[in-house]
Amino acid sequence: MAELTAKSPCDGLLPVTIGGMSLTEEQPGNMWIVAPFKEQQDALSKALESAHGMAFPAVNRTTGKAGSRAVWFGRDMALLMGPVPDAKLGKHAALTDQSDAWAVVKLDGNGAEDVLARLVPVDLRPQVFKRRYTVRTELKHMMASVTRTGPQALQILVFRSMAKTLVHDLKTAMEAVAARG
Amino acid sequence: MRIACPLCGERDRREFYYKGAALVRPAEGADLETWHEHVNLRENPAGPLDELWYHELGCGSWLKVTRNTATHEILDVELASEAGLGGEK
Repeated sequence: MAELTAKSPCDGLLPVTIGGMSLTEEQPGNMWIVAPFKEQQDALSKALESAHGMAFPAVNRTTGKAGSRAVWFGRDMALLMGPVPDAKLGKHAALTDQSDAWAVVKLDGNGAEDVLARLVPVDLRPQVFKRRYTVRTELKHMMASVTRTGPQALQILVFRSMAKTLVHDLKTAMEAVAARG
Repeated sequence: MRIACPLCGERDRREFYYKGAALVRPAEGADLETWHEHVNLRENPAGPLDELWYHELGCGSWLKVTRNTATHEILDVELASEAGLGGEK
């Protein structure tokens, strides 16, 4: 079979650095949707804890750490980023591989909130949107997931097909924020 | 206009998709007149109205929202799954 070269969603688009802020593509590894069956969330949380060392995240929160993280991803849904889910989780939840379906970028630096304030209708300032907080929201008309991963760092996910639009919109906003000095 | 999603918190209207009046589905075997009313006939109040909204750009929940159609004031929001709209017994 021909050797195929895998391309990441933001291949050739990133990284960029504007006004002290950096926009880089993340390589989270595997991404699986974990959606607990009816009344199975507690059992799933225990199974997730023993298999991967993190509980099922509460609404608008994440669990785990960089490289192995569970991000709340909508009603009765979490995105497991990093490991392939243990087969035991399949007893309590529907598991769907979405590794190639999402573009994952990191916006880092002083002013990251100001950039997203132009694109996202949610308050993401650090005093309100703390570490381990996440939201499903709109980013310039795209369905997005935004998670705080550091004091000035935010992780943003949109559908892979929108990677170019995402980078364009973020770059435009970064330039506009940087121009204000 | 802002809608307080029971999961996500208070969000801007642009994250939501509007469906229409929140109606209880008639019981199985209801007569034609009842179905005609359910499908076609609507109240059109200048005041509070129960509606279905979808949190499309957020958590993906269907919500039952009570909105004042004259002022756009949001009076109540709950998950549609818990609002007892599943059909008459």
